[in-house]
Amino acid sequence: MTYIAKPRVFHPSLDKNELGLTRRDYEGVMSTLCAGCGHDSVTAALIEAAWELAIPTHRAAKMSGIGCSSKTTAYFMSESHGFNSVHGRMPSVASGANAANRDLVYIGVSGDGDSLSIGLGQLCHAVRRNLNLLYIIENNGVYGLTKGQFSASADMGSKSKRGVPNEQPPIDPALLGLSIGATFVARGFSGDKNQLVPIIKAGIRHPGLALVDVISPCVTFNDHVGSTKSYAYTREHFREAVEAAFVAPKDFVPPADEITADIRSADVRDVPMHDGSVIRFRQVEGDYDATDRDAVYGYLRERQNAGEVPTGLLYVDPESRDLHDVLGTVDRPLWNLPFEELCPGADALDALMENYR
Amino acid sequence: MEPTNVGNPDYYHKVVDCQWACPAHTNVPGYIRLIAQERYDDAYMLNWESNVFPGILGRTCDRPCEPACRRVRVEEKPVAICRLKRVAADLRGDITPRFPDIPKQKNGKRIACVGAGPASLTVARDLMPLGYEVTIFEKNDRPGGLMWTNIPQFRLPPEVLWEEIDYILDMGVDIRYNAPVESMKWLLEQDFDAVFVGSGAPRGKELRLPGRYDTDHIYIGIDWLESVAFGHTNAIEENVLVIGVGNTAMDCCRTSKRIGGTNVKVMARKSKPYFKASPWELEDAEEELVDIVENHSPTEFVIEDGVLKGMNFDIVEWHENDDGRLVSTKLDEAFFPAEAVILAIGQETAFPWIEDDAGIEFNKWREAVVDRTTFMSTREGVFFGGDAAWGPENIIWAAEHGHQAAISIHAYCSGEDIRKRPPEHMNLVSAKMGLHEWSYSNDYEYAPRRKMRHVRLEERLRSIETEVEEGFDLEQTLTEVERCLNCDLQTHFTGSLCIECDACIDICPLSCLTITHNGAEAELRTRLTAPAENAEQDIYVSEPLPQTSRVMVKDEDLCIHCGLCAERCPTAAWDMRTFDLLKPYAGQDAEHPYSGMGIEEMSPGGFMSVTP
Repeated sequence: MTYIAKPRVFHPSLDKNELGLTRRDYEGVMSTLCAGCGHDSVTAALIEAAWELAIPTHRAAKMSGIGCSSKTTAYFMSESHGFNSVHGRMPSVASGANAANRDLVYIGVSGDGDSLSIGLGQLCHAVRRNLNLLYIIENNGVYGLTKGQFSASADMGSKSKRGVPNEQPPIDPALLGLSIGATFVARGFSGDKNQLVPIIKAGIRHPGLALVDVISPCVTFNDHVGSTKSYAYTREHFREAVEAAFVAPKDFVPPADEITADIRSADVRDVPMHDGSVIRFRQVEGDYDATDRDAVYGYLRERQNAGEVPTGLLYVDPESRDLHDVLGTVDRPLWNLPFEELCPGADALDALMENYR
Repeated sequence: MEPTNVGNPDYYHKVVDCQWACPAHTNVPGYIRLIAQERYDDAYMLNWESNVFPGILGRTCDRPCEPACRRVRVEEKPVAICRLKRVAADLRGDITPRFPDIPKQKNGKRIACVGAGPASLTVARDLMPLGYEVTIFEKNDRPGGLMWTNIPQFRLPPEVLWEEIDYILDMGVDIRYNAPVESMKWLLEQDFDAVFVGSGAPRGKELRLPGRYDTDHIYIGIDWLESVAFGHTNAIEENVLVIGVGNTAMDCCRTSKRIGGTNVKVMARKSKPYFKASPWELEDAEEELVDIVENHSPTEFVIEDGVLKGMNFDIVEWHENDDGRLVSTKLDEAFFPAEAVILAIGQETAFPWIEDDAGIEFNKWREAVVDRTTFMSTREGVFFGGDAAWGPENIIWAAEHGHQAAISIHAYCSGEDIRKRPPEHMNLVSAKMGLHEWSYSNDYEYAPRRKMRHVRLEERLRSIETEVEEGFDLEQTLTEVERCLNCDLQTHFTGSLCIECDACIDICPLSCLTITHNGAEAELRTRLTAPAENAEQDIYVSEPLPQTSRVMVKDEDLCIHCGLCAERCPTAAWDMRTFDLLKPYAGQDAEHPYSGMGIEEMSPGGFMSVTP
């Protein structure tokens, strides 16, 4: 436990976003996670992204399940809505919330235990449905709350704190997502906010489910020599496949007009999204194409077989249509429909039932 | 940038802004914590060690520490450091048993001090415990120098003054009253091994305008205050003009208000931003209904039939010329009636008693040529300090001059090189008491600076002996001590332990920390989490970190020493460590370490001590 609250005094140069808010206005209560937990850095990245996007804090909903990761939602945007649900059931609750109020920004935070074990089915179907939700998996390869047993994402051969190797194959959320139709797949590292913040921003704006796997080391149970999810191991095997930046519609400048000294600017590729925003990719790997699902899948397999941790905004489907779009629901959020329209009464129900006779 | 060498005591010392700004380097946060623990004796002794006159300074110090206080940069008002010093003095018990022992067997060296002001008294305090025989020659029948003659009793009660002076005299100092030294050559012929001149800056500056010598109602401020102190003067006319707007002018106008002056005006040539008086002394004068009139440049004393009627002034306006100098333009003229005028436009040193062939060189302003490090004049064995050295300063500077001169005198009398100064050391002790417990109160106190209560106006103006400031009560003290940011609790970083998890960076409320690639300082300052724009404050740069070879950078400017970086650090790469400057005094060196003044360890529970 940390006993004092973070003092409410700021650096005078702290910038304000277009809502007149500083980063500090996007903070939550003090973290009670272990000191040095990767999850706290993910929290900081979420705060930075939400501030940069100038999300009105009362227009966001934070959804989570159970686990160290799922505590995270308490640590940012304390003025936002939130639901800390049953273990592994965050996607269901998020689906319901999203169905009722499509206007909010949905930020789901889960972990490898919550999403890849007990909640695996929930995750898969939320991906299939393409729920409009940022889905962050804080992935550390162990069950931290129960003292560090291997989770479903532990790599073969990775050693526990006691020195025992894992002998069961891992579920890789990125490969899983690609194989079941995810429209946005990314992997980041809690120790690299320069990469993570743009991914989160793009994920929040993505129309559909943005699956973001974040390697987020468990400093207490999985940060030792022999672990493949430690800070040191991740840094050593980290490989950036592609660099992505989120460009809001108002800031959009075609790459040709962009004045930049970066020598890689020639390799810039803009992928336009539905709302007029753009995800700007800078090539790191030769001819990497972040819109080619099969190629990305192949690339990930190849690099992972070579022992690397490929990262970046790995795949995006520019044609993504979220659940509301596919189902053709009304544009207005359900909560805002007049009662007579939402609940047209017994006669309307009878008429509907007639259709099925 | 090269990795910062925190082994040099100066680095962490500079982080403690108040201590760094204090001429005597008093351990301010240290004594504030002792006050918080109600350890008033310890707090007093910690002060006494470095500034010698805690009770006096707790009322009269010029407080260079307060404008330097970090709190000014984080919010607005500094910690009321000076007021807290007085709390320690007011609430102390009998601390005399803790004073250093005075050897009965003397070391055979005899030192003469000229003038019994704060500089000479400090020399005596530092040398008596080493076995010296110190003789002080004082022209008045009382000690204290300007602390007695120039600081009015309503700011500094005499009993406070005498008590702290007696602590020193009771060490066995041979003090000779009514014994002005009239000849340096005579003094040098006496059997002394060294001479210390602490005779102050006793000559008030003159204002030679028409009419100056045609009346006896024009007074020199410091002489007039002295006359009031000795009871020779106990009244003044109703309409008084005080010329000058320094702290002496404030004492003159406030004294006038108490002994008959009803219409007292302070006449300033310049405008308010250029006033020399401390802001709080100006405030106190204004509270006592003294008019402060700016932009009035005196031109003439108006005398009719040998009687002072008032003064003529030019009303002026100031602006900077191309060279950046202030120049005035006359706008108009004005007459101010007065029956008495007090001149408080500065003071200077005066050595009519030092003969030209005494071997002591003077510069063209008749100031003695004194070495800034050793305090020795051009004649071997003759040292200067306090206002006598380089003109008017204040009590805290006089005390520090006394310490340094004592170090030189001790080296000189021991046949050692006086240029070789004893080095400063430091202790650095971890403040960690438990998982989330520190040996200091690390939570941030939002309360504004507590305001000193004053005796009611009518009551205080009735007598010159009524002390205006009532001191802090318990509530004020307990709140004010919490406002201190504990800048001596250093954020100490061990790069080899860092796993670059960013926890410290994420938690830091003032955006002080960055992990980045190293670079040249000017450029590095621009690409930190928050730009490090205050060039007066250092930035810390670590060794390259183990995992990525980047460096940890900390901008010291706005750190509030809350300790959250250390609390959120999984590997204890960040630790909070209590910094204690070990400042050498006469007789203390590597072989004869720091005295400690009987103060028990400042940080109970500390387990590590580093002396670089």
